[in-house]
Amino acid sequence: MNIVVCISQVPDTTTKVTVAPDGKKISSAGVKFILNPYDEFALEEGLQLRAKYGGSVTAVTVGGDSAKEILRTALAMGVDKAVLIKDDERADSFGVAHNLAEAAREADIAILGRQSIDFDSYGTAAMTAELLNLPSASMVSKLSIDGTKVVAECDIDGGKETIELSLPCVISVQKGLNEPRYPKLPDIMKAKSKPIEERASAGVAPRVRTLSMELPKSSRIGKVLGDSDADIQELVRLLHEEAKAI
Amino acid sequence: MSTILVYLESQGNGLKRSSLEAITAAVDTGYTVIGLLADGKEENVQAAAEYGLTKCLLAKHPLLAEKSSPVAASAIAQAARYSQANYVMASANSNGKEIAPRVAVKLQAGYIPDAISLESSAGSIIAKRPAYAGKAIVSVQISTQVGVITLRPNVFTAKKRSASLTVEEFSPEITTEDIRARVTGVSKNEGRLDVSEADIIVSGGRGLKAAENYNLIESLAQVLGGAVGSSRAVVDAGWRPHSEQIGQTGKTVSPSLYFACGISGAIQHLAGMSTSKIIVAINKDKDAPIFKVADYGIVGDILEVLPKLTEALRRTLNK
Repeated sequence: MNIVVCISQVPDTTTKVTVAPDGKKISSAGVKFILNPYDEFALEEGLQLRAKYGGSVTAVTVGGDSAKEILRTALAMGVDKAVLIKDDERADSFGVAHNLAEAAREADIAILGRQSIDFDSYGTAAMTAELLNLPSASMVSKLSIDGTKVVAECDIDGGKETIELSLPCVISVQKGLNEPRYPKLPDIMKAKSKPIEERASAGVAPRVRTLSMELPKSSRIGKVLGDSDADIQELVRLLHEEAKAI
Repeated sequence: MSTILVYLESQGNGLKRSSLEAITAAVDTGYTVIGLLADGKEENVQAAAEYGLTKCLLAKHPLLAEKSSPVAASAIAQAARYSQANYVMASANSNGKEIAPRVAVKLQAGYIPDAISLESSAGSIIAKRPAYAGKAIVSVQISTQVGVITLRPNVFTAKKRSASLTVEEFSPEITTEDIRARVTGVSKNEGRLDVSEADIIVSGGRGLKAAENYNLIESLAQVLGGAVGSSRAVVDAGWRPHSEQIGQTGKTVSPSLYFACGISGAIQHLAGMSTSKIIVAINKDKDAPIFKVADYGIVGDILEVLPKLTEALRRTLNK
């Protein structure tokens, strides 16, 4: 089975976001970049599928040189091959999907994290699938493959749905699908000297322009009360009469 | 004439609230708005007239009954071409998030997911959307001829305004080839309102001290008719399912009213709920970061405050 896992590098979840001088993106000063948390499940699933069905796992990312770091993590976890599609200019989601589709053209299955926690578009898997004219399933929390038949259990608003599709396909995975392995120290050391294949970005024109970035305005009422019975009654009154929220 | 095609979804004999929100958001831009319903009958659409929709396409094809997102995407793209839409809009619910990216590829359109505001400016639309789970807001604009935009549920309030509605049947071309992924089963969390669909959310955190104390959260949620949410800490501790987790690695929500009970307010949690309209925090630590984003706060032990608050609300709401 030819398995391609698409991963991305994102700011650590503890990052306090500040806006860069250009007013359009976050300032990267002092920001720690990590492997997108959901991509750990994608990599693990790829490795487990290889263990079951044989074949190879290729990890692909679109980004600058710094993104090699997450490819090293993927290699340490056990992928066979790592590919960096060089794109220093931050591509929009279509640009990323276009590059990923090119890299996954020969894949039996392409696996992504359910969302990348920077731009949260949730759209890259479906976009990649559409570009490849393949079926897809998103937010997969359970997966079974029998021959070319794929059954995926997917999280939807307020429940789950079961989707039947066939290989080749694209899936995005959710927490709960598996328990990602921790790379062992010797594997981390070995990964440092493994090759990373670099490819040029297809360089498609961006379809969405970012005009500006701002921090959310907080205009909260900010009334803090104690915990006496009178305070609790006052909170109920405020919610009812002032905020009209109940 | 600039036109927006809004993808509508049926619920019972009417439309989902998120679809009514999408109609309102689209009408507010000043564009001509055309609806598209692909999963219901004419009677489902009638409710939309009360929200200012003047025209709706009713897609008819036997294969639309197959629940398949590529099929829905194909029908929407065809309707967008047919109505010469400049924009296609849909709710950013789980269905919309799955279908809209495909529509964008089919129409060679730019795609803006999860918009929280729309502004019509010089013949195009500028949308704001959260990034980094709400830690930042970006203003974005589509640079292609056609654009696809999904709208975050619960952010745009559906407004009533009467209109006379014309319904036109529309027959998309769909082949069995299009059905390569289909939904074969759905299980709803019976009796449990999901945080992504809720107008009121009551969330608990580590301050509850033990899983069994979660009944305090559930009682409050029940009195308010709200959903139960959780901080990452309690999900990681195995007290609650991941489907309830709110925050950067869980769900991002914007209810009208959000209760954070015994949640200190780690930056990842704040990211997931800071766009809520009214935020109430209950925490015994007066310096907890959650109070910085709260409209109303109670400094106290939630194990003592919650039963009293639930009772006081029950009396006020007469339940």
